Amino acid sequence: MSTAAAGVVSGQTGTRWIPVIGLEVHCQLDTRTKLFCGCEYSFGAEPNTITCPVCTAQPGALPVLNSAALEYAVRAALALNADVAPVSKFDRKNYFYCDLPKGYQISQFDLPYCTGGGIQLASGKFIRLTRIHMEEDAGKAIHDRGDATLVDLNRAGVPLIESVTEADMCSADEAHEYLTALKEIFQYIGVSDCDMEKGSLRCDVNVSVHPEGEPWRTKVEVKNLNSFRNVRASIQYEIARQIEAYETGDPAQYPEQETRLFDVAAGVTRTMRSKEDAHDYRYFPDPDLPLVTVDAVLIERQRGLLPELPVARRARYESELGLSAYDAGVMTAARDVADFFETVVRVGGDPKAAANWIANDVLRALSDPDVAASSILELLVKPNDLAELIALVGDGTVSKNAGREVLDEMLRSGARAKDVVQAMGLEQVQDTSQIDEWCRAALAGREATVADVRAGNLKAIGALMGPVMQASKGSADPQLVRAALLRIIGEEG
Amino acid sequence: MSAYEELDATALAESIVRGERTAEETTADALRVIDERNDELFAFVSVDREGALARARALDERRAAGEAPGPLHGVPVALKANMCLAGAEVSCASKILAGYRPPYTATFVQRLIDAGAVPVGMTNMDEFAMGSSSENSAFGVTRNPWDVTRTPGGSSSGSAVAVASGMVPIALGSDTGGSVRQPAAMCGIVGYKPTYGRVSRYGLVAFGSSLDQVSPFARSTRDACRVMEVISGPDELDSTCVDAPPVAAGAGTGALAGLRVGVPPEYFPDDLDADVRACVEAAIEAMRAKGAEIVPVSLPHTDVAIPTYYVVATAEASSNLARYDGVRYGPRAEGDGTLQGMFAATRDAGFGDEVKRRILLGTYVLSSGYHEAWYGRALRVRRLLADEFDVAFQEVDVVACPTAPTAAFSLGEKSADPVAMYLSDTMTVPASLAGLPACSVPCGFVGARDAQLPVGLQVIGRPLADELVLAVARAFEAATDHRRRPPRSAGGAA
Ligand SMILES: [Zn+2]
Repeated sequence: MSTAAAGVVSGQTGTRWIPVIGLEVHCQLDTRTKLFCGCEYSFGAEPNTITCPVCTAQPGALPVLNSAALEYAVRAALALNADVAPVSKFDRKNYFYCDLPKGYQISQFDLPYCTGGGIQLASGKFIRLTRIHMEEDAGKAIHDRGDATLVDLNRAGVPLIESVTEADMCSADEAHEYLTALKEIFQYIGVSDCDMEKGSLRCDVNVSVHPEGEPWRTKVEVKNLNSFRNVRASIQYEIARQIEAYETGDPAQYPEQETRLFDVAAGVTRTMRSKEDAHDYRYFPDPDLPLVTVDAVLIERQRGLLPELPVARRARYESELGLSAYDAGVMTAARDVADFFETVVRVGGDPKAAANWIANDVLRALSDPDVAASSILELLVKPNDLAELIALVGDGTVSKNAGREVLDEMLRSGARAKDVVQAMGLEQVQDTSQIDEWCRAALAGREATVADVRAGNLKAIGALMGPVMQASKGSADPQLVRAALLRIIGEEG
Repeated sequence: MSAYEELDATALAESIVRGERTAEETTADALRVIDERNDELFAFVSVDREGALARARALDERRAAGEAPGPLHGVPVALKANMCLAGAEVSCASKILAGYRPPYTATFVQRLIDAGAVPVGMTNMDEFAMGSSSENSAFGVTRNPWDVTRTPGGSSSGSAVAVASGMVPIALGSDTGGSVRQPAAMCGIVGYKPTYGRVSRYGLVAFGSSLDQVSPFARSTRDACRVMEVISGPDELDSTCVDAPPVAAGAGTGALAGLRVGVPPEYFPDDLDADVRACVEAAIEAMRAKGAEIVPVSLPHTDVAIPTYYVVATAEASSNLARYDGVRYGPRAEGDGTLQGMFAATRDAGFGDEVKRRILLGTYVLSSGYHEAWYGRALRVRRLLADEFDVAFQEVDVVACPTAPTAAFSLGEKSADPVAMYLSDTMTVPASLAGLPACSVPCGFVGARDAQLPVGLQVIGRPLADELVLAVARAFEAATDHRRRPPRSAGGAA
């Protein structure tokens, strides 16, 4: 089986198969309080400590919509160029499970708050969104502690937005790219941390395959994918599994409409429930909640809060600041990094140098236990400080290598670049008579190399630079050393 | 000084404020009458003797310290067992909530307490407010003080009887399809269902969320006004509350002269009990005599209100009662050891037959394939009913009709026939579906001289016309005054 362009997969029989993929992404909104009560959720708290009569479904308690959640949801819709409905409603989705306190989930069924919109991939292909709706999260059921099932309701009632795409993707790569872009956007606009490990981003995929030129076939849903890698792997597995099933030619083995779960350890999907077992959720409008109205004022206020989105920033960094596509991608992958980078540039840092320093040194420091910062915002080195260091390297005051040592010290102590350079005596020697003296000493006894250089082999000059830098204990400006060596060899020739 | 049982809440509060009696003495009086009569009538399922006395003493102390009294200062009050008061047993007269004590207090209960009222206990009811006779209580039947072989009506049976029998001057019930108005009529007291959304439902255990309204029982319309003034008004914990100020206490004063009263023939069907008909017609005649203009109005969809109600209310109930799964509170049955088995066994053991019947009905009408034919259609008919009331209210100020098609019926008479039981709500359900304010006010008696049963006149108004409805009921009460206390020992005429 091999994959060709545009997602076409050639099977064993030579048939050209077209995968059809759609995503449903649940994303937790980072509001202070839950969707319908005042509980302040935080990941990892002691079980059942972030609860109240409403989110534990005490008899008689009623939900009240958190207006901040609606605002976040609207902002997400605007960032995806979607249409926000002036009026939408909440419905009850009825089913029994121990982590669902009310016996129903408050969700939006036939009148979601948002329709349309989408995300453009790098290829130019546009992935359309069908809809986005608001809903509340369930609690967590824990089954692996002995005989009992334990229930933690801390997460019950946390606001989610579920965005559903059209089946516009045709490869695991496209799905991965879409998901990455969606995550970047939600993070950028500050509505969600989209941390899959904490469960704040969860993804279901729909996959079907059909021979090129034929109608679409049965779609299979794979649920609860909790990492980008699993999204990719489960799609690849499903495409292969379905093609293989069809190529048996035995209709009894053809894929059925069903819901499957991805077994991470085995790397395969397995049947969770078939179509016959599908729930009848008995949706109906929640009589406890009035219709949700969104007016132009709310929309414009949220639009005003939208930052420049990653795609636009990337393009601007390339066209205006001259960054490579790769560097622009690294600088824009997270909003705090992009903001840091832009501040460095705004206070005078050279864009390319700034991108290099950030990509190679600053971000790496985040994994250094001595630095003890979990985000670029927590670093002791602020954009001003980095700009100063870039200037010192740029004008030759310190070498690039010495600059790295200076940055290390800045990251640990928070001292300013100039002070570190002075304290560590790292200023480059630019006194030409001193440099000439070191050069002459180095040339003595290296006549063969000198002859080599004279013969036009300029690379040989490297063998002469080392001893000079050594003699200067690394403080000589290498540009000046090189120039001095060439001049002296020339003069003495 | 009049006896405790003779006074309404307004008079009691004034008497305490004047220093003629203390709140503690008044609460002790309530406990004494409860002790005397509750074994026979079973109005209360639980009485918080110590808590009530302590609260009353605290009120006396605060009064002594110069604190201004609230409008219900020292008045004993009964709460239906589906109303949350932190620490009290709120069972909804169901085994599935036996022993349940909520961790919070309902908004309307807190407002009563803040106004100086003293909750003395929780009253019996049809399980989860599903029923019209008290016979669906898991804990026993409540008896009508006018004739203990008869039902007091339901579902707010215990609250009605607590007021009618002199245990407390005021009580709260919840009215979903008539559960306060019908027992008020059958017990000879005032029952007032506000406009939907006028009183917060936060802390009222839900049955039919789009219909449920907390509603007062009282022995006088002025008390009903006073309670409404205290408990009504917006609540940030219930977003279905209407944005209207609390019902004004002065509402109770009004005249019948010049009032246009609509009388719909649909509420006087051929099979209406002849004595009830005569009683209500006489009441309407009395309004005309006081200067009201009586205008026939048509409400042609009245006959489909009952089926519509039983679709909407059961649909909502099937979802509202899903939380009783044995996971977080209430007794749990293990079943076959699986999670689904535990849910099924817990609910099978915990719910009574009528509750199960309604959950099944509600589940059915929301099911895929039947949803539109039942639930969808019911919503449209509901709209139609509201619209035809709107049309009627372009012609008239209020509508007057019987509250219930019969006086109190005998216990056991309808308990084997759910549909016959459902039909006893025929006259109260339309105003519930339309969300309208409606008051049942005593309008006379039927039956032999030594075995009389009270009858209620229902006054229905347009949305948010709570003040007008109460004013009309009060004017009617002032003009006719059919308020009487039941005989002290009603041995049963049947
Ligand atoms: Zn909560």
